Amino acid sequence: MSASVVDNTVSSGNSSVAIPTDISGQILDLDEDDELEVFSKDTSTTQTDGSSFNASMQTSPASMINQYKFEEEEEDADTKDIFVTVDNPESHVTAIETYITYRVETKTTRSEFDSSEFEVRRRYQDFLWLKGRLEEAHPTLIVHPLPEKFVMKGMVERFNEDFIETRRRALHKFLNKIAEHPIFSSSEDFKIFLTAGSGELTSHKKQGPGFLSRMGETVKAVAAAVRGVRNRPQEFTDMQEYAEAFSQKISSLDKVTQRIVREQKEYLEELKECGPTYALWSQSEQELAEPLKNVAGCVDNCCKETEEQVKHLNDHLIPVLHEYVLCADTLKMRDELDKAEDRLEWANNALKTDWTRWQKVMRTDLRSAFIDTAERNVSYYEKCLAVWESFLQSQRTDAEGNGNVDSS
Amino acid sequence: GQFLGGLGFVMVEKGTSLLKMMEISVAEAEKRTGKNAVNMQETYTVYLIETRPVDAASEGTNPVPDSLWRRYSEFELLRNYLLVTYPFSVVPPLPEKRAEFVWHKLSADNMDPDFVERRRVGLENFLLRVASHPDLSSDKIFYSFLTEENGWKETVFETGFQAKADSRLKALNATFRVKNPDKRFAEMKHYGDELQSVISQLLRVRARAADRLYGVYKVHGNYGRVFSEWSAIEKEMGDGLQSAGHHMDAYAASVDDILEEEEHYADQLKEYLFYADALRAVCRKHELTQYELEMAAQDLTSKKQQREELATGTIRTFSLKGMTSKLFGQETPEQREAKLKMLETQIEEGEELVKERNAECEEFVKSAWVDIERFKEQKDHDLREALISYAIMQISMCKKGIQVWNNAKECFSKM
Repeated sequence: MSASVVDNTVSSGNSSVAIPTDISGQILDLDEDDELEVFSKDTSTTQTDGSSFNASMQTSPASMINQYKFEEEEEDADTKDIFVTVDNPESHVTAIETYITYRVETKTTRSEFDSSEFEVRRRYQDFLWLKGRLEEAHPTLIVHPLPEKFVMKGMVERFNEDFIETRRRALHKFLNKIAEHPIFSSSEDFKIFLTAGSGELTSHKKQGPGFLSRMGETVKAVAAAVRGVRNRPQEFTDMQEYAEAFSQKISSLDKVTQRIVREQKEYLEELKECGPTYALWSQSEQELAEPLKNVAGCVDNCCKETEEQVKHLNDHLIPVLHEYVLCADTLKMRDELDKAEDRLEWANNALKTDWTRWQKVMRTDLRSAFIDTAERNVSYYEKCLAVWESFLQSQRTDAEGNGNVDSS
Repeated sequence: GQFLGGLGFVMVEKGTSLLKMMEISVAEAEKRTGKNAVNMQETYTVYLIETRPVDAASEGTNPVPDSLWRRYSEFELLRNYLLVTYPFSVVPPLPEKRAEFVWHKLSADNMDPDFVERRRVGLENFLLRVASHPDLSSDKIFYSFLTEENGWKETVFETGFQAKADSRLKALNATFRVKNPDKRFAEMKHYGDELQSVISQLLRVRARAADRLYGVYKVHGNYGRVFSEWSAIEKEMGDGLQSAGHHMDAYAASVDDILEEEEHYADQLKEYLFYADALRAVCRKHELTQYELEMAAQDLTSKKQQREELATGTIRTFSLKGMTSKLFGQETPEQREAKLKMLETQIEEGEELVKERNAECEEFVKSAWVDIERFKEQKDHDLREALISYAIMQISMCKKGIQVWNNAKECFSKM
């Protein structure tokens, strides 16, 4: 049986309830006024050594928090010790189904890994499983979204090249977000995901939801049981209000960007007819033939640039915005926990820290996505500018060659 | 040369009599209401034509220009007069009667101020083209169009051009086949057809592309709105987002100027679309002239043949008279004499007519070909300039884009 480690919490209350290792069949018996201390227990005999990234029950919650903060600061330094890539999609055909697997390559110096390099193949289902596990284990933390399970409307084929590439990029981002997360990256499930052979993974999966998901479910049940407005910390309310507003804004941005892509594509369709029309005209002319052909070429070049610019929007900005739309949905769904705030104050700090971290990551991601888009647009206009300037240049040399003065 | 308000450079020949003497412009447009021919109230636009002696500026004085108001229908009348009176000239076209090749934002309404403004420019261009034309510029009717507000219409009608116009029109509309078409004119007509077709296509395609481009830019305005709203809920990102939003608004707004400039380019193309028509008209008139010559020649040949038959008594050509005389007996020598005499007269007249028509044809070909060559040079020059100005417009658009997105990028960096 495996479980994710690290969801230790701070108990601000005096009494703490120790959770027995096996609560199957038992319901947590909680007094409403008791503070609940919840922590996970790793009962696996293959428990790896207690590295700094691996929390155990023995570590006091207080020190855990310190550790958490420490890790957060470290994130920015060059201490990245795990590198995950998702690439090389391959199609598999069986009697019952066809599916795609992706190569997941891990390079790490972390001691809890048996080796420094791993290579496995995973399919979308496996990613979904991993996400589910992390969410169950850490219901209060923000798990980065996965690309959607089903094809987006408008796509004909699940195995369309662009779709696979978009999905691959999203899966790559997903794993990297996990790897960068101070808590998730130490998850046992994560480790198994990265390292286990397919047989091992399947049997690991089969081991059922386990203690921790029960814990997660119970937490939710408790949360649901606690109704009524108590002294909800203002920060938490702010957070949820923000989540709602953010969700709206990011959805709008996503829609606006998709609309821009649509309009650009329609513009491109019309522009594609201009070049050939100039070329056609040049066939009826003598003196004008050369400049007309030239203009036709320029328009065609601009078409190519426009096409690439649209592709860039589609491949870069839109996936990022989309990710954060899904993120925002995740944020909003945590509202349930909100009501249990007074009951589950243990969640408060871990949640707040995770929240701060998430905001920082969001800011970085979106900022770089927008900067990237702006740069690409500048580049687009620069290329088109060069195209037309070369036309002007050719006309000037022509004019000078013919002894005329260009009076433009 | 002269720079014509917004429409670019028009090649003006040195030594052109009229433009050497006077400056011409269509300075303003105004709405008027009045009663029309069927006594119904109507609203129409009038255009102010200003003329001023050329040396006025150089003398240092700045006299008030002479001016008069004309409406579009009077311009049309002038042009029709010129078409009939100078059939061998490629007569400059008027700006379009109704707005065509519009894209959605442009109004197709004749009273729309933007349309009126573009028409004003087009009318000025028309006058300057006529005034710089070697043949048309010295026309008296043209001169009085520019200088005599009252009674001009009557003067035009007094020339009797209307009757000529009607008969010409009838002849041109009838189908006729020329036996020996002049190859050059046939090619020119074909070129006119092609030019008309391809420019129409280009204008259509361009209008659709303009429509789409408008959409792309305007949607970016939504970024402005959302960034602004979003900035309100953010702390660190707020300022960067807000200012980026302003740049997105500026980007969205910039398309209006861009497309207005492109409309000028479209107007330049339209002028040559209509010029193609004028060119074809000249070729058509040549065909008519040629046809009339051929008809006269044909008629003469047949009369000569009749004379020969009558003189020699042999019937080579079928004629009803010949048949009846065969059936009902020969004519008397006196009758034959009379007939021969009539034929002689007709043949003399016929020869005169052929000579006349031949001279007409030659004259027409000579004059028309001179003007066609002039037109070709003008067209090549103007259209090349138009393409260059189009490139300059595109460059300007790109520069604006670079500026906006660089500014936006800076703002994003502050997020």
